[in-house]
Amino acid sequence: MNRAEIIETTKRFLSEEFEVDPNTIEPENNLQETLDLSSLDYVDLVIVIEENLGFKPTAEDFKSVATFEDFYQMVEAKMAE
Amino acid sequence: MEHRVVITGIGIYSSIGESIPEVLTSLKEGKSGIIYDEPRKEFGYRSCLTGFVKDPDLKPFLSRRERIGMHQPAMFAYMSTKEAVEMAGLDADFFENNETGIIFGNDSTAGAVVETIDKARQRKDTTLIGSGDIFQNMNCTVNMNLSTIYKLKGINLTMSAACASGSHSIGMGYLLIKQGLQERVICGGAQEINIYAMGSFDGLGTFSIRHDAPHKASRPFDRDRDGLVPSGGSATIIIESLESALKRNAKIYGEIVGYGFSSNGDHISNPNFDGQYRSLTMSMKQAGLTPNDIDYINAHATSTPVGDTTEAQVIAGVLGSKIPVSSTKSMTGHECWMAGASEVVYSLLMMHNDFIAPNINFENPDEDSSKINIVPEFREAKIDCFLSNSFGFGGTNSSLIIKKFKL
Repeated sequence: MNRAEIIETTKRFLSEEFEVDPNTIEPENNLQETLDLSSLDYVDLVIVIEENLGFKPTAEDFKSVATFEDFYQMVEAKMAE
Repeated sequence: MEHRVVITGIGIYSSIGESIPEVLTSLKEGKSGIIYDEPRKEFGYRSCLTGFVKDPDLKPFLSRRERIGMHQPAMFAYMSTKEAVEMAGLDADFFENNETGIIFGNDSTAGAVVETIDKARQRKDTTLIGSGDIFQNMNCTVNMNLSTIYKLKGINLTMSAACASGSHSIGMGYLLIKQGLQERVICGGAQEINIYAMGSFDGLGTFSIRHDAPHKASRPFDRDRDGLVPSGGSATIIIESLESALKRNAKIYGEIVGYGFSSNGDHISNPNFDGQYRSLTMSMKQAGLTPNDIDYINAHATSTPVGDTTEAQVIAGVLGSKIPVSSTKSMTGHECWMAGASEVVYSLLMMHNDFIAPNINFENPDEDSSKINIVPEFREAKIDCFLSNSFGFGGTNSSLIIKKFKL
């Protein structure tokens, strides 16, 4: 999956799961604020990633994620493993 | 100082209507909410009859986070509570600044638990179950969800008392307000209707199998009944001190004047004359009333021979044979954990609209039901005071007496 495919796929399932306008998901935007994530929501974030991308990120993986750009980099790195 | 306790809001989401106006029409028309539910046959149910309520779409009203911890009991309870809160002229902003409690009746979350366990078994990883399931699975699911949504800051507890849960929730709220410990409490009862909720109850063989005539299946007090029909939904009653209601200029729908309760201390499922007798007489004594003061009795009668018979004996023994009696379960089926609350809502609607809802399907009395005054058809009647009975498994009994409000 290349970067464009990652962006398209994650935009779809994140906007569906967290009920946000897909247009608000932009690389420079903050992931937690845009998706309005509480600590509980990270449980569901892991589940939709596992269901849609086939890997299960850990809390450690999210430490470097602030923006969606960070998120895409994390996804690329995990999928390359 | 003791406080008078009044009702300022009611809401209903049931098999005979999803709002107060719909339910009022059904009560007057004697409409049945019972259906034949085909999936129950495949599941192995002996009886495929149930009262039906659809899962409401809560997306227009609640955020994802607010909805994710809800399964049927909380979803149904949100609908009835939304209606009651609006009727009472209240909202979350008011609750945030004015201490309000919630005591809600609920005694199962079977559907939610089964779905969660299925996910856990399939995925073999509890971290993939989801963040909402725990709040759906716990028996206090209605309380957790509604207290969060409405920003409630008073008493917050779930009343689990089998088929008397809804009635006890009102009774306990009444006692707290009467003693001055709370100004306002949201009371009620919720009951799930999914296929997992009633399988073990059906297995006892106490449900009606009148599959060819679902609307005729629930027939409390009738000689030819063959068992109860399970049902569900939710009912909400907002109660508050008279001082609080007057201060808010709230419309008052009734005053709670008596709450009796008891435990049979006997068999786990069989009713018991003495237990019901003590509950009923306690409510009458507390209210300081005589049988002449009661204009209508909403019976617990579920359409089982042993239950109906015992209640008819108790009503005849304590209150005599003249007071009009009906069991609205003839239309709704047995709303179980919700029943004690919904039947107060049904009775309040009768009181305010001057009628008695029929005990439909009452065609022939038996020896005991012939000794009380059962109303088989819609009847115009002035009701100033009614009594509502609720009796549950484990021998838990509750009787409430409510009067038309007079300052």
